[in-house]
Amino acid sequence: MTGAFRVLDRHLKVFGRTWQHNLMFNVMEPLLYLSAMGFGLGAFVQEIDGMSYIQFIAPGMIALSAMYSATFECTYGTFVRLHYQKAFHAMLAGPVTVKDVVLGEILYGMMKSVLFGIVILVVVALLGQIPSWQALWIPLFLILPGTLFSIMALCYSGITTNIDYINYYITLVIMPFFLFGGLYFPVSALPGVVQKLNWLNPLYHSVEVCRALAFGNPAQAIGFHVAILAAMSALLLPLPIRLMKTRLLS
Amino acid sequence: MIKLDYVISAQNLSKKYGSFQALKGISFRIQEGECFGFLGHNGAGKSTTMRMIYGLSTVDEGQLTIWDQPITLTPPEIKSRLGIVPQEDSLDPDLTVLENLEVYGGLFGLSRSQSQMLGRQLLDDMGMLEKEHDSVESLSGGLKRRLVIARALINQPQIIILDEPTTGLDPQARHQVWQKLRSLKSQGVTLILTTHYMEEATQICDRLVIMHEGLILAEGSPMELIARCVLPYVIEIHLPIQDVPEQLMKHAGRFNAEVLQVANGIFLYCQDGHRLWEQLKHWDIPQHACFLRPSNLEDVFLKLTGKGEEQ
Ligand SMILES: Nc1ncnc2c1ncn2[C@@H]1O[C@H](COP(=O)(O)OP(=O)(O)OP(=O)(O)O)[C@@H](O)[C@H]1O
Ligand SMILES: [Mg+2]
Repeated sequence: MTGAFRVLDRHLKVFGRTWQHNLMFNVMEPLLYLSAMGFGLGAFVQEIDGMSYIQFIAPGMIALSAMYSATFECTYGTFVRLHYQKAFHAMLAGPVTVKDVVLGEILYGMMKSVLFGIVILVVVALLGQIPSWQALWIPLFLILPGTLFSIMALCYSGITTNIDYINYYITLVIMPFFLFGGLYFPVSALPGVVQKLNWLNPLYHSVEVCRALAFGNPAQAIGFHVAILAAMSALLLPLPIRLMKTRLLS
Repeated sequence: MIKLDYVISAQNLSKKYGSFQALKGISFRIQEGECFGFLGHNGAGKSTTMRMIYGLSTVDEGQLTIWDQPITLTPPEIKSRLGIVPQEDSLDPDLTVLENLEVYGGLFGLSRSQSQMLGRQLLDDMGMLEKEHDSVESLSGGLKRRLVIARALINQPQIIILDEPTTGLDPQARHQVWQKLRSLKSQGVTLILTTHYMEEATQICDRLVIMHEGLILAEGSPMELIARCVLPYVIEIHLPIQDVPEQLMKHAGRFNAEVLQVANGIFLYCQDGHRLWEQLKHWDIPQHACFLRPSNLEDVFLKLTGKGEEQ
């Protein structure tokens, strides 16, 4: 694990140079959705479950930002390091293992998720859209989706051979998460099959938890979503390590 | 009997990529404190061997031992005592020159200030201290290579593996690197080197192997190899092949000279170069197209790897 933190240390050094661009990219998009949907669509929607429309979607933007941060870091970011910069090969010449490298990537993606999730949380809180103090738990919670989205993205980066193919992952995996994850409308509005499929949608679970915490809802429902996210992370974790081993070692 | 300490030994090391056999069972032993070279054409298997030593490749067939430890995939504890100059530069383009060394030192657990201090010293040794705050992207190819060498030294390794360290360097820089390598060797560091430059191998390798298509063809010190594999003098005949008198083979045979056809002419290897040189005019070979010199490692290489075809 020491190795993984040393790898993370390298990433943080780079992050120290590039965070401004990162901030723009990871934060602007959720905020654009929030304002366009919140004010645009919100003008036509009265209330959902006793919340104003903008209040309903605000916690989703936090989860969305967390998903994007981990996903982009561990797809494009990872691929560039792996393929163009040969950074992993360079690190492996030092006293680290492939597992350390992969865990370092996960830690970095997770850290960015939490960080940019917090940025959105602060913004929507300042806009007065977060009613409950329980929302302070959100940053801690974001560790889970941050980890899971990093792992998933790393699996894809471990098999893809061309940077352009990352678009498939974004369009075929991340977009459905985003569209059906209950960010803009309650998932109960969806057909039963899609509702079932949402069990496999980490963004859906993230949104539910963020929303519950933002509104100070009782904790019972949260546990279920947290358990699913944790189980998915634990199950998937060995996969990117194995894929990267095949990729990096010959 | 002198007891020799081998830091690395390989027995019948093989490597397959799919159905392609890149290494076909090579054996070698590297002594502590020596500079051991690997020579061979492109694709001979040099980098494959290096990668197995420094842990980017698994040992599937044969045995590899580093510091008496059998290796399947070189573990971090061993890697922390190695210094690696890979064939590809793999520097961090997001960071400056000095930051590259800092981050790399960090992988070995060096503190920021330690690796900065060591890093600046290494940059000085490599003659590039004034570049410390430049971005890596802005460096020329040769400077990048020197930075990679500096990076490999940041953990004060006991064994340094250099895969074509001086490819792309200008002559001055190459001598600077050799100087650094010699001084490391004098401190007892073991060096393992691959190169395409015969002069480099002759200058700094104590012993070397010549590899060809995944096999080791010969092993020894540069002088031993020259003495063992080729005659001491060469006359290079640079004539278009159709202008070479047909009698040459017969003449050469009478003087026990060996004839090797190479891309740009014919090489005549012999015991007594000056005596043969005097014969050239009798053989209708103009002396101005010829060149007499002592044999060197390149001749050994040409002969063994068959790029020159023996007649
Ligand atoms: N990962 C790999 N997958 C498939 N083939 C490989 C792989 N790595 C090396 N090879 C093949 O193995 C052979 C030996 O390659 P290697 O890189 O060891 O050669 P080399 O002696 O270092 O050559 P060069 O002087 O060009 O660096 C080559 O034919 C190469 O194509
Ligand atoms: Mg090579």
